[in-house]
Amino acid sequence: MEFFFQILINGLSLGFLYALAALGFVMIFKSSSVLNFAHGELMAIGAFLFLVLSTWANLPIWLAFLITLAGSFSLGFIIERFFLRPLIGEALIEVIMLTVGLAIMFKGLMLFVFGGDIHSYPEFLPQALTLHWGAVEVPGVNVATFIVGLIFLGLFGFFFKYSSQGIYMRSVADNQPAAMALGVHVRRVFAISWAIAALVCAMSGIVIGIINGINVHEVSAIGLKVFPVVILGGLDSIGGAIIGGLIIGLLETFTGGYISTGLREVVPYIVLIMILMVKPYGLFGLVEIERV
Amino acid sequence: MENNLLLQINNISVVYSDVIQILKAVSLDVKKGKIVSLLGSNGAGKTTTLKSISGLLKPENGKVTEGTINYEGHNIQNSAPEIVTRLGIIQVMEGRQPFKYLTVEENLRVGTATRWGKPYKKDLELVYHYFAPLVARKHSLAGYCSGGELQMLVMGRALMAQPRLLLLDEPSLGLAPLLVKEIFEIIKRVNQEQATTLMLVEQNANMALQIADFGYVMENGKIVLEGDAKDLIENPDVKEFYLGVAATGAIKTYKDVKSYKRRKRWL
Ligand SMILES: Nc1ncnc2c1ncn2[C@@H]1O[C@H](COP(=O)(O)OP(=O)(O)OP(=O)(O)O)[C@@H](O)[C@H]1O
Ligand SMILES: [Mg+2]
Repeated sequence: MEFFFQILINGLSLGFLYALAALGFVMIFKSSSVLNFAHGELMAIGAFLFLVLSTWANLPIWLAFLITLAGSFSLGFIIERFFLRPLIGEALIEVIMLTVGLAIMFKGLMLFVFGGDIHSYPEFLPQALTLHWGAVEVPGVNVATFIVGLIFLGLFGFFFKYSSQGIYMRSVADNQPAAMALGVHVRRVFAISWAIAALVCAMSGIVIGIINGINVHEVSAIGLKVFPVVILGGLDSIGGAIIGGLIIGLLETFTGGYISTGLREVVPYIVLIMILMVKPYGLFGLVEIERV
Repeated sequence: MENNLLLQINNISVVYSDVIQILKAVSLDVKKGKIVSLLGSNGAGKTTTLKSISGLLKPENGKVTEGTINYEGHNIQNSAPEIVTRLGIIQVMEGRQPFKYLTVEENLRVGTATRWGKPYKKDLELVYHYFAPLVARKHSLAGYCSGGELQMLVMGRALMAQPRLLLLDEPSLGLAPLLVKEIFEIIKRVNQEQATTLMLVEQNANMALQIADFGYVMENGKIVLEGDAKDLIENPDVKEFYLGVAATGAIKTYKDVKSYKRRKRWL
């Protein structure tokens, strides 16, 4: 039983991590229909930025964290402004190729600067975060992921549901010409979604870095996990990204714990294919409202 | 420019994709506080005229290549919609374009985009006052509203922006006669009570001329007729071609009467 709880909690925290990562991906897709293949690289950039600030520059952890978030936010803005904006109105495939190109470029730059080794952050999570529960021990980093995930997903949910800016962003995703006619600044909305996406990427990159250490290849490979997550949840649904993340996270840890570690990476995809056979738009993907 | 003029279109030509010329030397004036209606058959260029004012030509690869559009001292031809809307010009597009996956109230809130951060509670109340049926639908998705509710929604959404010049493109399209009457009454009331100037594009010439002060008739991208609404309604040509009443008093052919039954190509 204790083993079960341990796995459950590990699965949930991994799930929140995936959900957080997927959130950034869904955000860009929802507002501008762009599939961002540089997602994992953005995560790695965030992780390395935090490494540079916290370890090399020796800044206090909280300051390093805030600067990393601010830096990633600006990076997202810049990427949109200089790389994507010129392509507005071009064919989808060109935009996708652009993000693939960005991914390769970022990866190369990071390899150049940091090499292919594994780097690690200093220990900074307080010991008190580790949960003991009889024989069950949940590592502090899982607890932290859990908390950070909840807070951020809650914040974003609130932002999109209730804030005016969030509603403007959804209006662009829904009907771009109509949003324009009402004066919604569409290009600004694109820029903001890239900025927010880069910010959540950095968040999840840092968490991965704490768990596994930071390595260019590994972090960007985990970035690829957003694909099963968003396909499962529905490419355009924020709630779906969260549920999809949790499902994949739980599937991975339970398969790893009860069946075999070797199958861990495979089972989620098998389940994914089975779900898609029943619900081709994903669990929460938009089914076109036909009445209008 | 005369003081009571809000908008003045001077001899504009509009070209799509650099080669397809749609408007040729169109000029028209809109006086402050009035309702001006723009009539004409399918493909005459009415929607194009509205889009050239609101800046919505650009996303369609259209451009004003000659002439000027003057709005309160600003030359706004070829300006971006985010600029034009902030000067107080809002276009309600043809065919009712709701944000389907937003609730009715969220749809209305998008109307505050031109004045983000300012209070909007009073405006919501005003919209619900004019369009009472929306109140009950507040929290349902716009995608599931009826055509009449949607027309109210898109007009209400535009009112949320506190427009000074409201451009309405075929508000009566596809609505039952009773509802058309109600919508036109609301348009008239908004014009009088909010001092909103209106430009009204319509196939339903009769209704439009009844509430309008002035009218223009377009054909093949040119203005072919203009005058006070009460004169146009009596004009024999208008009677024959747009009101569906031939000199003999009978409807000529259904083709001439511009059916509002017609489904739009993209609907
Ligand atoms: N984006 C575009 N590219 C090329 N041609 C266009 C474009 N939009 C409209 N047109 C053409 O311009 C002409 C005028 O169209 P417009 O939509 O302004 O007419 P309208 O008077 O509003 O007609 P309706 O009553 O059918 O709405 C039509 O021949 C149309 O095919
Ligand atoms: Mg039209």
